[in-house]
Amino acid sequence: MSEFYAFAVEHLPYILEGLPITLGLWVLAMTIGAAFGLVLAWARLYGNTLVYGAATVYVELFRGTPMLVQMLFIYLGLPEVGIVFDPFTAAVIAIGLNTSAYQAEYFRGAIRSIPRGQMQAARAMGMTPLQGLRWIVLPQALRRVIPQWSNEAILELKYTSIAYAIGVSEITARAEKVGYETFMFFEVFLLLALVYIVLTGTVAQVLLYLEKRTAVPGL
Amino acid sequence: MLLKVENIHKRYDETEVLKGVSLEMETGQSKVIMGPSGTGKSTLLRCINYLTPPDEGRVLVEGTEITSRNLNRMREKLAFVFQDFNLFTHLRAVDNVAIGPRKIRGMSRRAAHELAMRELERVGLSERSHAYPAELSGGQQQRVSIARALAMEPKIILFDEPTSALDPELTGEVIAVMKQLASEGMTMLLVSHEVGFARQAADEIIFMDGGHILEQGPPAQLFDAPQHERTRQFLSRIGQGGEAA
Repeated sequence: MSEFYAFAVEHLPYILEGLPITLGLWVLAMTIGAAFGLVLAWARLYGNTLVYGAATVYVELFRGTPMLVQMLFIYLGLPEVGIVFDPFTAAVIAIGLNTSAYQAEYFRGAIRSIPRGQMQAARAMGMTPLQGLRWIVLPQALRRVIPQWSNEAILELKYTSIAYAIGVSEITARAEKVGYETFMFFEVFLLLALVYIVLTGTVAQVLLYLEKRTAVPGL
Repeated sequence: MLLKVENIHKRYDETEVLKGVSLEMETGQSKVIMGPSGTGKSTLLRCINYLTPPDEGRVLVEGTEITSRNLNRMREKLAFVFQDFNLFTHLRAVDNVAIGPRKIRGMSRRAAHELAMRELERVGLSERSHAYPAELSGGQQQRVSIARALAMEPKIILFDEPTSALDPELTGEVIAVMKQLASEGMTMLLVSHEVGFARQAADEIIFMDGGHILEQGPPAQLFDAPQHERTRQFLSRIGQGGEAA
C-alpha cells in the first residue's frame, strides 16, 4: 500500500497535467452537444418533413456508430477531402456531435412530457411559439431532463479518454505513457481509475445538488 | 361593438361542430353560453381567440379582424381562462401573473411585479403570492389564472367552464371573483352552467344546441320563459325552470 502511495505521489502530478485537457474536452463537447441537441430536438418536434427527416437521420447516424469510429473519421478521414483539424479540435467535434444526438432525444422527450395546456396558455396570452418555448416549456423541460442529462455528462466525461486514440494528451494518454516508462501498468491504471471516479463522483454530486436546487415545491 | 363574431364554422373530420355561429358583445357586458355537452360551446370560445382556428367566419375586436398576422397582438385583448387553469407550474403565483406583462407587454420586472400583486389582491390572494401552483387549492389556482388574465389588461375575458374542474365547495370563491369583475364592468364571455352567476351577473344567456345558437336573451326571459322545447329540456335537466322533459 505504501508502495502504491509512493507511486501515486511520484506520477500523479504528471497525469494530472492532462486534467485541463480532459476537462476542456468535456466542457466544450457538452456545451456543443447541449446547444446542437436543443436545435435537433426542436427540428424533430416542430420541423417540417424535410427538417424532421434530416434531424432524424443525423440522430440515428451518430447513435448507430461507435464514437471511436466517428473520431477517427473526423481526424484521419476528413483531411483526405481537405478538412484538417488538430487532434484536440477533432476530439471536441467528435464527442460534441455524438452527445448532441443523445441529448437531442433527452430534450425531445422532456419537452414532449410537458402538458399541452402549458403552451396553449402561453399562446392564449399572446406569446409567440418561440416565447412559449423559451419562457414556459423549456424551464419546465430542462428541470425534468437533469437526471438523464447528468448520466450523459458522466458518460461523456469517461468518453473523453477515447481522444487518446488520436494523440490528445489527456489523462489516459499520460497514464499510458507512465505505464510504458515504469512498466507498472497495474498501479498506473488503478491510479487513473481513481482519478476518474473522483471526477465522475464530483460531477454527479454537483448535478444532484442542481436538481434539488431547481426542484419546484409541491411537484 | 367590442367583439363581433361572424358566421363561425368548425368541422372535425366528418362532424361539423359549429354550423355558423354569430354573436356580438358591447363593452361591459357579460354573457353566458349554455347548452348540452358536445354542442360546440367550448369550441366556439376557442375559435374566438383562435386557439382552434375556425374553418370559416370572422372574429373582430374593436373593428379589427383577427388574422394569422396580428394574432398575438389581438390575443392580448382577449384573455382566456381555462377549465383546468393551466397555470405555469414552475412559476410562483405572482410570477404567473407577471410573466405576460413582462415578456409580452414589455414592462419592467418591478412594474410587472407591482401590477401582479395588485391583480392578486383583486382576486383575494395577495397572501399566497409566493406559493407555487402545486401548493394551491383548485379554487386558488383558478383565481390566480383570473389574475393572470387581468394582468394583460384585456378588453374581454373568455372563460371556458371555469368551475367545472373544481370540487363543489371550491366553486363559490371563483364565482365570487367573477361576479365582482362583472360588477366592475369587465366584459366577459363564459361557457358555464353556473345558473347562480348567470341569473345575477349576466346580461344575456346564449343557448346553444347542435352547433347553432338556438335562442338568446336576458336571464329572466331565458330561464323563466324559454321559447324552444330543447331549451326547456336542458333547463329542467340542470334543475332550472321549464317542465320535466
